[in-house]
Amino acid sequence: MKFLSLVLSNLMRKKLRTILTMLSIGIAFVLYSFLGAVKQALVGGVALAGKDRIVVRHKVSIIQNIPIAYEERIRRISGVAELVHFSWFNGIYQDPKNFFPSYPTDPEACLSIYPEILISPEVRQAWLSTRTGAIVGRATADRFGWKVGQRIPLNSPIWPRADNAVWEFDLVGIYDGKKGFDTSGFYFRYDYFDEARRWGQGSIGWYVVRVSDATKTAGIAKAIDEEFANSAAETKAEPEGVFMQSFAQQVGDIGTILLGILSAVFFTILLVAGNTMAQGVRERTAELGVLKALGFGDGLVLGVVLAESMSIALIGGLLGLLLGAGLVTGMAPAMAAMLPNFYLPTGNLVVGAVLTLLLGFVAGILPAMQAGRLRIAEALRRSA
Amino acid sequence: MSSNGEVLVRIKEVDKVFRRGSEDINVLTGLNLEVAKGEFLALMGPSGSGKSTLLNLIGGLDRASRGVVEIGGERVDQMSDRDLAGWRARHIGFVFQFYNLLPVLNAERNVELPLLLTHLAKAERHKHVDTALNVVGLAHRTKAYPRTLSGGEQQRVGIARAIVTDPTILLCDEPTGDLDRKSGDEILSLLQALNRDQGKTIIMVTHDPHASHRASRTVYLNKGQLFAEAPE
Ligand SMILES: Nc1ncnc2c1ncn2[C@@H]1O[C@H](COP(=O)(O)OP(=O)(O)O)[C@@H](O)[C@H]1O
Ligand SMILES: [Mg+2]
Repeated sequence: MKFLSLVLSNLMRKKLRTILTMLSIGIAFVLYSFLGAVKQALVGGVALAGKDRIVVRHKVSIIQNIPIAYEERIRRISGVAELVHFSWFNGIYQDPKNFFPSYPTDPEACLSIYPEILISPEVRQAWLSTRTGAIVGRATADRFGWKVGQRIPLNSPIWPRADNAVWEFDLVGIYDGKKGFDTSGFYFRYDYFDEARRWGQGSIGWYVVRVSDATKTAGIAKAIDEEFANSAAETKAEPEGVFMQSFAQQVGDIGTILLGILSAVFFTILLVAGNTMAQGVRERTAELGVLKALGFGDGLVLGVVLAESMSIALIGGLLGLLLGAGLVTGMAPAMAAMLPNFYLPTGNLVVGAVLTLLLGFVAGILPAMQAGRLRIAEALRRSA
Repeated sequence: MSSNGEVLVRIKEVDKVFRRGSEDINVLTGLNLEVAKGEFLALMGPSGSGKSTLLNLIGGLDRASRGVVEIGGERVDQMSDRDLAGWRARHIGFVFQFYNLLPVLNAERNVELPLLLTHLAKAERHKHVDTALNVVGLAHRTKAYPRTLSGGEQQRVGIARAIVTDPTILLCDEPTGDLDRKSGDEILSLLQALNRDQGKTIIMVTHDPHASHRASRTVYLNKGQLFAEAPE
C-alpha cells in the first residue's frame, strides 16, 4: 500500500493526458452501460416470457378481434389451467404522442395469470369493487405524475363511447413489475368497457392461457387452434415465448451488432490506453532506472507501472459506469413507452467493473513488462 | 591505502565488453582495484574511458564480462538479479550527475523512496527522512518539488536520498558536473563531511581536478586500466 501513493503521484505527471485517457475510457463505459440497457430493453421481455403461457389471437392479425364466447370453449380444453383476455384500447392521454399501452381485461384473471404485476391486496380489492377502476404501472404513473384516486380521462381512436363522451377511469392503484416486467401498462375493467363502447360488444383482442404443464404447451396450442378451425374467427395460438421469439430473432441480431460495436470501441480504447502507457514508460526510462538503482526489483517496477495503468482504467471506467447508469436511470421514464425494460442489470455493472480492470491490465502489461526488464545502466545512460 | 585497512571493495581482473552491432568495445581490461572502508576515492579519467561503467559494476547495476567484484566480502558478480536488487537497497547509495529526482514527488518523498523497500513504518520512515534532510541542510525545503529547487539543492536532496538508508558505500557519478563552482564546492564539502564525520566510504567519479583534491585518494582510468598517477 505504501507504493500506492507513488502510483497515484505518477498519474499527476501529465494531468491532461491522464484526464484525457480516463475520459476516453469513461466514455467507452458510458456507451457500455447504455448499450447494456438497450439490449436489456430488447431481450428483457423475451427472457421474461412465461414458459407456461400461450397467446391466442385471430389467425389473420392481432388487430382483428375474436369472440369472448371462446373463453368457455378454451377453458374446456384439457391442460388449460386458466385464461384471461385483453384488448387493444390505444388510450390517448391529452396528446397522441403520449403513447402507452392500455388494455381492458378481467382483473381477477389478469392478476392471477400475471403474478409479475405487484399490487397490494387493498389495491386489488379496490379494483374489483370499482367498475371504472384502473391500475397503471409505475413508469407511466411517474411519467404523467398520476396519483392514486385521480380520475384519468382517455380518448381511444378505436373505441369511442356510445355517448361520445371521453372515457374516464378512477386510478385505484399503481403497480410495480417484478424485475423486468413492463410497468408502462394501463389496465382497466372489461365489463365497464364493453358496456360503454359504441360497437364491438362481445369481442376481445386476444387470450392469454396458462397451461398446467409447461412441457405440453405446443400440443395444447395446437388443440386450441383445432377447436376453432373453420369457424368465423380462426385462431393462432402460440407459446408466449414463441410469440416473442420472432421478435427475439431480430433482437438476437441486434445483440450481435451491439456486441460488435462495443468490441470495436473497447479495442480502440485499448490501443489508446496502451499507447499512453507505453509513452509514459518511454518518457521516464531514466526514472525507472533510478528506482531500480535504489533497489526496486524488476517485479516491483512492473507492478508499479501496471498498477498505474489499472488505476487509470479503474477510475475512468467506474466514472463512466456511474455516469452511464445514472444516464440510463434518468432516461428510463422517457424511454418507458418505447422500451419498458430499459435499465442496466446489476450483472452488467459487475461485469463492467471487472472489464475496467481487465482493460487496464491488458493496456498496461506490455509497457509494464518493458519497464520491469529495463537494463539499469542503459536506462540511466539515456538520462545523461 | 588509508584508514584501518579493511578492504571493502575488491575488484580483480575485471573485463567489461560492450557489443555495439558486430563490434566489441573493450571498456575495462583486466582492471584491479581495492578500496578500504572509510576511504573517499576520486575516480578520474577522460570522457568515455569507462568511469561510469566501473561505478555501475561496483554498485551492481551492471555485470562484468569477466573477473571478480567483491563488496564487503560478498561476490556481487555471482548474485542473481533479484538478490542484487535487495543487496543494492541495503548497501549502496547512488548520487547522479543530473540528480535524477522524481519530478512528481516532493523532496521528502523522493528521499523516502529507498525506505519504501524496508520494513520501517511510516513514522519511522519520516524520522529517517527528516534526519537525512537535516544532514544535507534542507530541513526547510521538505515539501518542495524538484523543479522549484536550485541545482545545488536538488543534488542535496539526491544525497539525502542516497544516505537515508545508511548504506555501506556512496557511489557518486560526477556529482558536481552540472553545478556552478560555488554549489559544487558546497556539495563536495558535504561529501567530505559525510566521509569524515560518519565514516562513509565514498567513490566519486569526476573529471574536475579541483574536486579530486577533496578526496583521500585519486585513481585514474585510462585504456581500460587504473593508474595511481595521471597519465602523461
Ligand atoms: N550500454 C552500453 N552499450 C554500448 N556501449 C556502452 C554502453 N555503456 C557504455 N558504453 C561505452 O563504453 C564506454 C565507456 O562509457 P562510460 O563508462 O559511460 O564512460 P565515462 O563515464 O568514463 O565517460 C564509452 O565508449 C561508451 O560509449
Ligand atoms: Mg560517465
